[in-house]
Amino acid sequence: MFDDRSPIYQQIANGIKDDVLSGTLKEDEQVMSTNQYAAFYQINPATAAKGFAQLVDEGVLYKKRGIGMFVSPDARARLRGQRRERFFTDVVDPMLAEARMLGVDVDEIVAYLKEGPR
Amino acid sequence: MISLRELTVRYGATVAVDGITLDLTPDKIYGLLGRNGSGKTSLLSVLASYRRASAGTVTVDGVDPFENPALMRGTAFIRDQLDVTTQDRVDRVLDFAGRLRPTWDAGYAEHLTDVFELDRRKRVSALSRGQRSSLGVVLGLAARAPLTILDEVYLGMDAAARTAFYRELLADYLAHPRTIILSTHLIEEVADLFEQVIVIDRGRLLVHEDTDTFKARGVAVTGPAAVVDAFVSGRTVLSERSLGGVRQATLYGGLDPRDVERAGAEGLSLAPVGVQDLFVHLTSGAADGTHRSEALR
Repeated sequence: MFDDRSPIYQQIANGIKDDVLSGTLKEDEQVMSTNQYAAFYQINPATAAKGFAQLVDEGVLYKKRGIGMFVSPDARARLRGQRRERFFTDVVDPMLAEARMLGVDVDEIVAYLKEGPR
Repeated sequence: MISLRELTVRYGATVAVDGITLDLTPDKIYGLLGRNGSGKTSLLSVLASYRRASAGTVTVDGVDPFENPALMRGTAFIRDQLDVTTQDRVDRVLDFAGRLRPTWDAGYAEHLTDVFELDRRKRVSALSRGQRSSLGVVLGLAARAPLTILDEVYLGMDAAARTAFYRELLADYLAHPRTIILSTHLIEEVADLFEQVIVIDRGRLLVHEDTDTFKARGVAVTGPAAVVDAFVSGRTVLSERSLGGVRQATLYGGLDPRDVERAGAEGLSLAPVGVQDLFVHLTSGAADGTHRSEALR
């Protein structure tokens, strides 16, 4: 279930962020409880709670006392801003590094991006 | 809270538990890890008041649990020998457990015997090794004891039964939070259930911390031998291996962001180390006869 490269609570947090970005989780929608996460992924509930706490810290989720966790109204816009900033360093730079290694030049990439595969 | 202070257990000249000081806050799942003969069962026997400490103290919420009826009713200690009358049939064993324990849930016990496909009319002596272990799990979980200690209860259970055990353990813990201490050698398959890990080695406490924190301490550094050597110099190296000119070193102690950046710049790859590997590295003897654990003390 988990890729073992990063702590499980971070993977849970990232999964929820992806759901918010893609619109699977809507603003002010309730997310599953820590116990539901724990039972589904077969992990200690404290681990799931840690992922939730991180998302509350980052303003992605907010807590309604006694009810549960909800998606913050501005979460999607905020996450998009963050991910856009990282898009070039995280996605484009590694691709360019690979292209350089293989001798694929930038014009070829641009043509591919504009016209699709030939 | 359960507090151990300088707890020591001796058998004649042999020191099984050597001055362990430990605080366990309630309602967590703890993983107790140690090699054979490291003192796990001795430690758990004192925790469950099955034996007295040779020195040091155990208190539960400030009270000595030894011969304390109220605390003993709230303590379930399941160990290899099961502590039941082996001529009895399973249903009688369960019935007896229910009479002893105010927190016993007979309906849940029945559910568990179905899950583990235990024949309630069979005598304990006629059960297979794995079935006897399953009976131990039923006795341990259905007791719903505020302190539940399961000492290597999976012996002889096949993969399907162990999976059922972990699933039931977690589900019942979520519904009825309580302090659960699980000692095991099958670390990898159950590590995600532990909130905290306790590692003991040769009677002494080596590690007690959140599982995530413990996991984050281990990192495998791989790259050209000379670069790896330079990078790991001055750090705690748990193990090393080489393949041609490539070397992999397992470090203990975690890396800060600057270390990670440096590793990236030097072309080294970093990978996490599983709880089981970390445990093995920490508690296995080195080629020169010294113990890795000494480097950490």
